[in-house]
Parts: sequence; structure tokens; C-alpha cells
Amino acid sequence: MTFSGYVVEDHFDEVFGENGHPRTTARTLVQNIEQLPPGELVNRQKAAERALLQMGITFNVYGAEAGTEKIFPFDLVPRIVSATEWHRIEKGLKQRIHALNLFIDDIYHGQKIIKDGVVPRDILHSATSYREQCIGWNPPRGIWCHITGTDLVRHRDGQIYVLEDNLRCPSGVSYVLENRQVMKSLFPKVFSSAKIRPVSNYPLKLRDMLEYLAPEHIPTPRVVLLTPGIYNSAYFEHSFLAQQMGIELVEGRDLLVEDGYVVMRTTKGFERVDVIYRRIDDDFLDPECFRPDSQLGVPGLMEAYKAGNVALANAPGTGIADDKVIYAYVPRIVKYYLSEEIILPNVPTYICAEEKELNYVLEHMNELVVKAANESGGYGMLVGPHSTKEQCDEFAERVKANPRNYIAQPTLALSRVPTIVDGHFEGRHVDLRPYILCGEEIFVLPGGLTRVALKKGSLVVNSSQGGGSKDTWVLADTCLSDHEAVEVDCAPAGAEN
Amino acid sequence: MLSRVADSVYWMSRYVERAENVARFIEVNFQLMLDAPAGADQQWQPLVNTTGDHEDFDKRYGSATEEGVLRFLIIDPQNPNSIFSCLRAARENARTVREIISSEMWLHLNKYYLMVNAAAANPRILESPEELLGDVKLASHLFTGITDATMAHGEAWHFCRLGRKLERADKTSRILDVKYYILLRSVEEIGTTFDDIQWAAVLRSASAFEMYRKRNGRISPRGVVEFLMLDREFPRAIQFCLLAARDSLHAISGTPVGTFRYPSEKLMGQLCSDLSFASVDEIIKGGLHEYLDELQNKLNQVGAGIHDTFFALKTPERVKKTVRQSQTQ
Repeated sequence: MTFSGYVVEDHFDEVFGENGHPRTTARTLVQNIEQLPPGELVNRQKAAERALLQMGITFNVYGAEAGTEKIFPFDLVPRIVSATEWHRIEKGLKQRIHALNLFIDDIYHGQKIIKDGVVPRDILHSATSYREQCIGWNPPRGIWCHITGTDLVRHRDGQIYVLEDNLRCPSGVSYVLENRQVMKSLFPKVFSSAKIRPVSNYPLKLRDMLEYLAPEHIPTPRVVLLTPGIYNSAYFEHSFLAQQMGIELVEGRDLLVEDGYVVMRTTKGFERVDVIYRRIDDDFLDPECFRPDSQLGVPGLMEAYKAGNVALANAPGTGIADDKVIYAYVPRIVKYYLSEEIILPNVPTYICAEEKELNYVLEHMNELVVKAANESGGYGMLVGPHSTKEQCDEFAERVKANPRNYIAQPTLALSRVPTIVDGHFEGRHVDLRPYILCGEEIFVLPGGLTRVALKKGSLVVNSSQGGGSKDTWVLADTCLSDHEAVEVDCAPAGAEN
Repeated sequence: MLSRVADSVYWMSRYVERAENVARFIEVNFQLMLDAPAGADQQWQPLVNTTGDHEDFDKRYGSATEEGVLRFLIIDPQNPNSIFSCLRAARENARTVREIISSEMWLHLNKYYLMVNAAAANPRILESPEELLGDVKLASHLFTGITDATMAHGEAWHFCRLGRKLERADKTSRILDVKYYILLRSVEEIGTTFDDIQWAAVLRSASAFEMYRKRNGRISPRGVVEFLMLDREFPRAIQFCLLAARDSLHAISGTPVGTFRYPSEKLMGQLCSDLSFASVDEIIKGGLHEYLDELQNKLNQVGAGIHDTFFALKTPERVKKTVRQSQTQ
């Protein structure tokens, strides 16, 4: 299979330059793919899909016949990021997380940023992710947002923008790890010739970070991952991460609070828990503190947390920083706390709560992407250029009724990566979600989840709306020090095919 | 380990073993009928009786035809003990403990489930299910082998083994019972060649024919009952299974064998003693079916005891109180 018929059109293509030649970073890959015997790539694609199905890396299809499970579609052509570009992304993400952590801490303490008039007070108090219960609270080691998945996109101008911060329970990192596993077994040759930075130590880094949060007098802390259970669409990821970290995967019913400590029910009686990596939203964590009807959480958990007897990651209340309206203020937040210019810019954003901007949005609905502040997964949004006049008008009414709840952004021409479609390559739009851990220091996983909109022309990459994923190769700097291991390949010799 | 996890590992293992044994039930019936004298009635009702699910079957299927019984036992999603349901349940349990079991176990169990799922969707599968039944037996064996070879033989493994051995002891007793139900309908055949053939079929369905031959040579009802119930070396014999289950139970609790701390250990110890000091003549004299029935009852009690001791840890009274108080505040 070759790229001979492949056209870049007027998009930014991650693999081919404007002249139609492969970018330097992608040369080895393109050569390797073109050298494969005809049909081989499609065979490998099928092998990858079979492997994913048999490994049970599937999600339940709601509303379909019982027992229908689908894999999260996976495309073999990876996205490649050069060492130089990654260096900048990494720096930008560290800056952003550093500032957001200071912001959250300020919000639940003195609220200096509001008093200084940088962020308006009413925007804060109307945010549904603001938790009054957290006021005055100091989380272990002063960290709020331990695990973040920040969505990045590249526009036609070649510039990388931050599209969204996900600071609550960002998911998808298991696909990063599994996709890499599959790619290594299918393309051992490419891995041994290209210098691709490894991602496999993520679970270790995650565990280290979580242990760092434990109360200091505990020599060997017990860390657990709290899941809503097997019917959650991200359940696979929860069990995968627990397995890879070597920690217990618990449900709310496994835990209880006894004398101010969290314990779990075991075959040998009750055992103490020191750190909880929770994959349950704030609202469901503790029926005594948040939603009283929650069946998923643990009654009394917040009391144990506030007594300093257990650590929670991410800290309750963190969601305030990924509110879509707060997002618009992040460049100002960075400037305010760090006195630095933001390294990775935001997508230009119109805040409907501000009257001038609201009027602009209402007049230009058909050119903009309008988003509800507290929705995710591609729901509650309007893609103006792809919508009818009626849809735009209807959405405009919703915005007028509650302007605080909406922001708008120009429609970005997301960059594309060649993707296998019916036996040949076509360009498909992608975004990129790197994962950042904030513990003793801030760690950015060199890689990330590249999501791809598989429908022709579509810009919606969410898995619930026909998106798939790709492996993301961050190339190593050739002059890196020796201890920066390069993923040469773990496949046994002779496994080549 | 977590009580919920122990519960899931135990049931995962039981369901895999159960699926295999349902396949064995059906095979013994096929064997019996193939060897039956010309003109003999097809007997499918006894098969349903031995599984213990005859009430559900009678209600939904009425009379026991070959097609109906096979559907009920192999692919019926509403029968919680059909092969399909067993695999679905085993896999659901495995999904909740993926971080505890080895990836190899999960991968195999998932493939096994996908195989049965595909078979259940095949409209012609009931016309000749023999190959599927063979595959089911093999896949269950593989699962056990993979479990033993890839999982640390610690607490979770002991829960796997405990579940598997208890299930197998129960099912071997029911395979013996199939013969009993068939005998009910053909008393006049006792001691005939046909009777020997039937006993041989029972042995075959427990993969015990060759091992029995090596030990006893001639086939006799007494010999078969003794071999399948009291043998200490044959891995599907009830005695063998219970001794292994007892060892795992004590490995989990840490209580020395021969003593007890929990009701489940007491019941298990008593059951093992009963079998250790039982003779086959006494068993037959008192009625084989009655003995097996009682054995199955005791096995159920052991299972309930294990549930209470390890899986259903009670919330301490004082915690219950504080929870109530804070909820009324």
C-alpha cells in the first residue's frame, strides 16, 4: 500500500509537508509502510483489531442488542511529534498545570485573583464544578490537580492550541499504553530504527505520585483505585491501571469509614487505605457531603479526607479549573500567578457572559463552535458551519436564556493524519491529549492519545461520536543523555513478520 | 484480599468448571442413547432432573425433547446454568478482577466467551453440538492450566481452586446421578450387558474410563461408584476434589487442617471425614441417590459457609450507628 494517491489538500498534514513530501520526522515510517507487500498493512490492521477484541479492550454499545461490544477503533498510521515540538508542548503544559494548581488553591482560600479583578466573582460562583465544601481545605502536599489530560489541537496555521483542560477524571491513558503494545508487536522493525520515546513507565510514575500523597508517617502506604464499577464505560481503563500499578481496584461498597479512617473489606477483616485514586466525580464521592442519593461513594469519606487520614486524587473541587468559562481566563491566570506569558495559547474564546462578546456570538453562530460550559464528550455543542439555520436559531435561544453557561470559538481546521479507509489512505482530522502528573514534580508523559475523527470531514473526535485512536510517537532528541531510555523494542528477536 | 474480589475469583472459577460439566452431562446422555438397544426411548428428561433446574425447564419448555434440552443446557440465556450463561457469568466476574488474575487468564477466558457467544448465534448449532461440547471441555481445561501456570499460588489462586473443586465434586455426584435416573426407568436391565455399557458411559463422561480400567479392569457398578466417589488419586473423584478444596480453604484461613475456626471449615472437615471412612457397600446399601442428595446438600452448606466467612464481611455495629446518626442530622 502506498501514499501515491494521497492528497494533503489545504489542511495541515502531520505526516506530509505542503510540497507533498513526507516530513523529516515521518520519512522512516513512510518508507517502511511503502515497502510492505500489497495487502500487508490491511492485514496488520485486522490483526490489531482482533487483538484488541480478544484482549477485551471494548466498550459497551448502549442501546444496542445485549452483549454487543465494540473496540475503540484503532488506526495503524501513527501521529509523530518531533523532539523540538514536544519540548515546547511539555514546557507549556508544565506551566499551565503549575498555574492552574495555584489558581485552585487560591479559589478555596483567599481568592486574591478575584479580589484583584482578574477573574469575575459571579463567573466563579455560577460554575457547577465549584465546591463550597472545599473552602479552606489544604490537600496533601498542596496539590489539587494530580492527573490531567489536556486536549491540544493544531490549526491550519501550524500552531498548537489548548482546546480544553480535563482536570477531573481524564480518561484514555490506557489506550495510549495498549495502542503502543499493539504497534510494537506489529511493527518491530520501525521501532528498532526510529527513536520513539517510551510510554510504558506511566503506571509506575502514577503509583509513585500517588504514594507521595500518603500521610507522612505511613512507611508503605496502601493505594487503591476507586471505580464506579463494570458498567462504567471507562471500566476497562480502571482495571487496567490498577493491574499495571499493582494496586487494588475497589468499588464504593468495598470501603467504609471507621473511626475517621477509610478501611476496605478483605477476607482477613478490615484493612486501612491511605490513598485513593478516584475515578468517580465529586458529586458521587460521599453521600454525606455531596449528593445524598449516591450509591457509588463512601459515606464519611470527606470527613476522613479532611482529617488528613486519607488522600484523594484528584482533590475534590479541582473541577473548577476545567470549567469551560474559566478556561477562557487561563492566559490571564498564568500571567497573574507566574508573571509569564502563556507558552501554549488558548483557542480564541468568546465568553457569552460578557455582553459585547455575546452579541458577536449571536450574530456569527454559523461560523462558530458554541459549547455548554459543563458538558463533555461532544455533547451540548453546536458546530455552526455544519448546522442548519434552524439548529443555529434554536441554539441561540438556549444561549440567550443562560449566557453564563456558554462560550464560543472559531471553527478550527484541525490538522490531519493519513488514515486507512477502505484499503487506501485518506486524511482525517486529529487532536492530541497528553497526560500530566503533578506530584513531587510535574511529569508529562511523552506521548498521548491521538483521537481521530473517522468520518470524512468530521471534526468530532469523541469515541461516543464515531472517533477512533492512533498511537502517538514522540521522537527522542538525538542528543539526550544516556539515562533517557529510547524505546528500542521489547519484542523478542525473530518476532518480525 | 478484598472480599468482593475473592467472591468474584471463586465464582469465575466455579462457572468455568460448571460449563465444562454441563458439556459432560450432555455427552453422557449422547453416549447412553447411542448405545441404547434399538427401539429404546430417547431419554432427555433425566438429564434435566440431574441439573436441578427441572422446574424452570418444565415451566418454559414443557416436555423434554432433544432440541429443547440441548437449547436449555447449551445456549439458553435465561437458564443461569446453561453453558452460555456460565461463560457470560465467568467473564463478568473475571472483568471485575482483571487486575488480580493474569492477563493470559483473561485473554483466554475472553476468547472462550467469544467462541461460545458465536456458537450461540449459530442457528444450526443444536443439530450437532458435539464439536462445541468438546471445545468447551478443552477450553475449560486450558483455563485451569493457564491459571496454575501463570498465577501466583497465593490467596486468590486458592479461591480459584476452592471454587473449582467444590463445583467439580458437586457435578461428579450429579453425573453419577444421571445413571440413577435412567435406572429408574429401566430396572429390568440391571446386570445386563446394557447396564455395563451404561456404567462405561458414565465413566467416559467423567474422563475416567481409562483410569478406571487401569485400576479395576472389569466394569461393575460397585467399582464405578467407588472410583468416582472415593478415589484419592483420580482428579474428578469426589473424595479427591474435597481433599483439595479443604487444603485450599485452610491455606486461605491459616487454620491448621484437622481443626476449625469458621463454620465452613467445620462442615468441610466433617464432609471429608464422612467420605474418608465411608465404604462403597454402605453407600449402595443406604441408597446411592439418597447419599448423593445428602452430599449435594452438605456441599451447598459449605458454599454458604464460605460466603459468610469470607465474602460477606459484616459492617461493625458502631459504624452503622455513626452512619445513621450523621444521616439524620
